[in-house]
Amino acid sequence: MSETAEHSPHHIDVKEFHPRAQAAIHNPKIRQNFRKAMDGLMTKRKSAFEGWDLETLRDLGANIRLRALANLPDLLEQLEQKLTENGIKVHWAVDGDEACRIVRDICKARDAKTVIKGKSMVSEEMELNHYLEEQGIEALESDLGEYIVQLAGETPSHIIMPAIHKNTDEISELMHEKTGTDLSHDVEYLTASARLQLREKFMNADVGVSGVNFAVAETGTLCLVENEGNGRMTTTVPPCHIAVTGIEKVVPNLEDVTALLALLTRSATGQHITTYFNMISGPRKPDELDGPEEVHLVLVDNGRSSIYQDDELLDTLRCIRCGACMNHCPVYTRVGGHTYGTTYPGPIGKILMPHLIGLDEGRHLPTASSLCGACGEVCPVKIPIPDLLVRLRQESVDGDKLHPAKVRGHGAKRGAVEAMVWKGWSWMHAHPGMYRFGTSMAARFRKLQPGQIGGWTQYRTAPKLAPKTLHERLKERGQ
Amino acid sequence: MVDPIKVYPAKPSKVYFFGTCLVDMFYPDAGMAGIQLLEREGIEVIFPQDQTCCGQPAYTSGYHDEARAVAMAQLDLFPEDWPIVVPSGSCGGMMRKHYPDLFKDTGHEVKAAEVAGRVWELTDFLLNVCHIKLDDLGEPTTVAMHTSCSARREMGVAEVGPKLLGQLSNVNLVEQIRAEECCGFGGTFAIRHPEISGAMVSEKVDTLVDTGAKAFVTTDCGCLMNIDGYAEKNRKPITGQHILSFLWERTNGKKGDRS
Ligand code: SF4
Repeated sequence: MSETAEHSPHHIDVKEFHPRAQAAIHNPKIRQNFRKAMDGLMTKRKSAFEGWDLETLRDLGANIRLRALANLPDLLEQLEQKLTENGIKVHWAVDGDEACRIVRDICKARDAKTVIKGKSMVSEEMELNHYLEEQGIEALESDLGEYIVQLAGETPSHIIMPAIHKNTDEISELMHEKTGTDLSHDVEYLTASARLQLREKFMNADVGVSGVNFAVAETGTLCLVENEGNGRMTTTVPPCHIAVTGIEKVVPNLEDVTALLALLTRSATGQHITTYFNMISGPRKPDELDGPEEVHLVLVDNGRSSIYQDDELLDTLRCIRCGACMNHCPVYTRVGGHTYGTTYPGPIGKILMPHLIGLDEGRHLPTASSLCGACGEVCPVKIPIPDLLVRLRQESVDGDKLHPAKVRGHGAKRGAVEAMVWKGWSWMHAHPGMYRFGTSMAARFRKLQPGQIGGWTQYRTAPKLAPKTLHERLKERGQ
Repeated sequence: MVDPIKVYPAKPSKVYFFGTCLVDMFYPDAGMAGIQLLEREGIEVIFPQDQTCCGQPAYTSGYHDEARAVAMAQLDLFPEDWPIVVPSGSCGGMMRKHYPDLFKDTGHEVKAAEVAGRVWELTDFLLNVCHIKLDDLGEPTTVAMHTSCSARREMGVAEVGPKLLGQLSNVNLVEQIRAEECCGFGGTFAIRHPEISGAMVSEKVDTLVDTGAKAFVTTDCGCLMNIDGYAEKNRKPITGQHILSFLWERTNGKKGDRS
């Protein structure tokens, strides 16, 4: 079908990770903005969990998510049935393009000209704003961070705090330039100005689009976590509300939400609870004063069902999008979110994006980690992110040997030279005699050791071989 | 997968020593120090000469066949049921945590799991199995400590180093800010992403220097090479040492032999 062609994505080239990383590292503003913000978030998270038995809570969170995923097909069916009973129309989309078309069709049927949006990473994944614009429909972000990012013509650099890469000065200048507010350091003033601008848009919008944090199968409830009230406005003021979500966000019942919510807000921003917690269970009833006339849910697959088929990769779908892995990632902190060039940056992006864009496109993603494990340590649902990074690295070079579910673009990273180097390395270390001979020769002729070793000596002196190996010293000692 | 609970064995009469390739070639003193510390505790140390490398570099790079071939060559080196001690959190982590995965469905999983279950990071072993008591003979000094991410997160031994150093009456241990943050080594990561790794190690060195200590100790040779190499190249006033060398130097002269 040529319908996809109408959707021309304005992708940043994900392959350009290296030059962007280099630029970010040498940009003091980016370094400072992220370091400061992430340090703050780490401290807040820590104090938010004080007095809690965090490990038990994380086990609970992980188990809830695992249990939900184990029954995913059934839960989705139950969810669809319940939502339909509640008067919410359910749509299924295999990929971002189809999801966009569904949103467009709903808008067209209502003759909608303007859409107001609450925060939704899945809509970023779909590049919905861009698509709607092409269709002649104005889409305005109403989450403050998203609004700033949209004003700047950028993409979010963090999944929870989309504009975290900008400091107050930059935001003030941007708003001054684009909306005519006064230049000011006063965050209250800037927020109030944005709120005023957005209020008007809320009142006139034909459709509201939001994300979903948890979709409860038993009751057919869509839960939405937010701080600014824009989520509530988006889902209640316009006459039509469209929620979009990945298929993995479903949980069996409301009880599950309690634990996950406690983990989500604390992990994300260090808050015990957010200012708003919306539970949407249907369109306005005849005797109700407010709420939309129609409510839709678009369930987006976009590569998720293929992850689902693999025992290991499946763990990726546990994610509740708290962003804690980013906040604690030393790589993310140094390079910032835009360097990744992907919808989801940081550790979760590294394990999720290869499924969405293929390993041929995103093969550098799993390598851009020292495997320090900070992400896995803080993940509230205990996703073994470092193990998944190693698995994806294996998919990158040896994917054709893995079965059954392979990641799209597997094997893309296996270069002939690199493969030869590892073969040689492996042969030498699997032959102890050769290893001893090689290492003792290296020790003896250590003065001939190269002084420059690629990227290593750019920042450090070359490691110094010892005059005698441990093997030799112990041999002399009779061991 | 939930990590298995650590159950320390009773103090054995013999252990196998797995030296690691970095210790072997770059820091054999640390290996010797580890062995001497064990011997001073009355333990006989067996060093299988056919050992080479745990296979981790290939494993984390995604070359699992190549890693398996190397790991396979190590599996048969520890036939008796003595503990296998490793002077490195990351090689220890590879053998203890990743061998069972690496050998899954290969017919060697039982052996791999059996070997994995006997692997101990050496400082953890000295403290919690040998119940070592350290007698400080050195001059007063101040040191900082960097714990490798694998020692901290895979082997769960972050508290061990400070406890051992705490036994040394003349050593003042200072902690840097963001102590738990990675130094940027990460094996091939440092070569593949030199700028990011460089940024990480530069900040790590700054925080270490900020403590005022002129020396730092660490459990892992990779971190040592990274942090020390950066400090040396950029003329930062701090040098590093493997924690085992440090412990041996400060406590030697009374009981142990000096070979
Ligand atoms: S992977 Fe874990 S830490 Fe990262 S966003 Fe998802 S739930 Fe949060």
